[in-house]
Amino acid sequence: MTDVQVDRAPRKIVIDPVTRVEGHGKVTIRLNEAGEVEQARFHIVEFRGFERFIQGRMYWEVPVIVQRLCGICPVSHHLAAAKAMDVVAGVDKLTPTAEKIRRLMHYGQVLQSNAVNFFHLASPDLLLGFEAPVAQRNIVGVIGAFPEVGKWAIFIRKFGQQVIAATGGRRIHPRLCIPGGVNQNLSVEHRDALRKDVDQIVKWCCAALELHKSFIRSHEQLHETFASFPSSYMSLVGADGGMDLYDGALRAIDAGGKPIFEGVRPADYRDYMIEEVRSWSYMKFPHIRSLGREDGWYRVGPLAQLNCCAFIGTPIAEAARKDFMALGHGGPVHATLAYHWARLICMIHCAETVRDLLFDDDLQGTDLVVTGERRPEGVAIIEAPRGTLLHHYEVDDHGQVTSANLIVSTTNNNEAMNRSVKKVAEDYLTGREITEGLLNHIEVAIRAYDPCLSCATHALGDMPLIATLEDADGAVIATRVKQ
Amino acid sequence: MSMTEPGASSRGEARILVIGYGNPGRQDDGLGPAAIAEIENMGLPNLTAFDNYQLNIEDALDVAAHDIVWFIDAAKTGPSYSVRAVSPSSSIEFTSHIVRPETILAIAGQCYGGSPQAFLLAIRGYEFEFIEALTPAARQNLDAALAMLTERIRALPAAATPREAT
Repeated sequence: MTDVQVDRAPRKIVIDPVTRVEGHGKVTIRLNEAGEVEQARFHIVEFRGFERFIQGRMYWEVPVIVQRLCGICPVSHHLAAAKAMDVVAGVDKLTPTAEKIRRLMHYGQVLQSNAVNFFHLASPDLLLGFEAPVAQRNIVGVIGAFPEVGKWAIFIRKFGQQVIAATGGRRIHPRLCIPGGVNQNLSVEHRDALRKDVDQIVKWCCAALELHKSFIRSHEQLHETFASFPSSYMSLVGADGGMDLYDGALRAIDAGGKPIFEGVRPADYRDYMIEEVRSWSYMKFPHIRSLGREDGWYRVGPLAQLNCCAFIGTPIAEAARKDFMALGHGGPVHATLAYHWARLICMIHCAETVRDLLFDDDLQGTDLVVTGERRPEGVAIIEAPRGTLLHHYEVDDHGQVTSANLIVSTTNNNEAMNRSVKKVAEDYLTGREITEGLLNHIEVAIRAYDPCLSCATHALGDMPLIATLEDADGAVIATRVKQ
Repeated sequence: MSMTEPGASSRGEARILVIGYGNPGRQDDGLGPAAIAEIENMGLPNLTAFDNYQLNIEDALDVAAHDIVWFIDAAKTGPSYSVRAVSPSSSIEFTSHIVRPETILAIAGQCYGGSPQAFLLAIRGYEFEFIEALTPAARQNLDAALAMLTERIRALPAAATPREAT
């Protein structure tokens, strides 16, 4: 959305793109009496009305409706809702064609979304340097310095979109999934078109990883310590413990790598997780029930996906995973900037998985839907690009949704983002001023998680990041706005 | 996937691209996509139109392959509709939920040498709740904005210069 201001004298139009209901990102840093950082919060408004919006809808239409949640990852919501409604439809196992074409769509989606994050958000900081002038530290600056990166960014993203369009019939609002199955298989024409490009996509993902590793080699200390802290992690893993972004059971590990729980079925999530509401944020704070609210927080997303899995089932990504995990010296990798490294490995895995699926004849099968006996409730979990995404629905005898609960990836990372901002403030705040440098570093930390700020609106243009410094009494000392 | 760079116009006619973006599930936030739905039914010559929730970096490919680009978005404040020229520039955001028209133009120029004339058509909306329909007032603004837009497109090339405001 665009905010338009008209100044009549002299006649001049200023069109300042703004966001609307969801507004902006806001960081508050509070100092203690000694002037040290006591607390840091990254406030983001999560629109909760969507869960009410779903109530009363027929269960079979929910996988399409939920795509309205997010302009970045509608496919993740489409698939998560479909999986939950499979359960409601009484279906525990899809046909091979249905299962595999859903996977193809999902891995195409994660590939393209991770590509946007890395190339558009992360690469300017990493390749040009945190201190590079703002006018240059952006995707166009990166393309100027590394022309090939622009090609990778656009064509990897475009390829992922083409996978979505081929599987879902259209790149926007795909309608692949229905409860118990899918509407279509993958046509030979689409398969062959995607086959032509997939090898190149794998190579470009690998090249991007090598470029990123060159940054790490020259910034080892920064990479290890920036906005970093030990934490627990949670993600889906497959039945064999391998990385599985589409289906599996929940696994959570502590900061030392020991399991907190594993093999948790989505339907049992409430036995292991609890969602807390805090007065200062619309967002929920989920945490691991057995560890309590202070210690039960965790991180999700690519870093967690790498830390939680025992292996990756595609060869190039598995080799990259082993290289990556060496950073942890036998335990999890805790570096916040390692989200980007992990994200690139996930991209490679996605590209390899897409390639494997494109040579699987099951995708041209015609057995698309399974039926079962209706159930009143369905829970499903998927690993979206930003991490674990949970959809939970209750449905009445008429097939209408009576309640919905969604825990989105950014909500799972809520506490972790606060801690990263606090770490940056502790390390880079000097005196009682929010400098441009401090704000830049806060942004770098937030970008590692790539928070989904609204899950509802498209958010054109400048979304300001507002940082406020408060004293021990809550009085504002300084404010800085990054447009 | 075509991995070739955008080519030149083969017939010397201005190639027009219209991108409408917003969330149709949030009432007037869907003005951009609603505009595209109307435009697609008009049969305007040499015109390509598509909608999306938001702009994406690969839109630079399409932008670079056209001579005139119109971005259509909902506006929270201001007149019923307004037009301004858009120039390439780029910035870094803190979330990938934000890609600006200026950034798309900058990528189009940097990567593909495309430098179309570009305009942002901002159409005023009023309500943004979880409802899949425009408000009547926003619908009126859309009709007026599209009348202006189609007039300018049909009058090309003479009307390629942007007006400041309506």
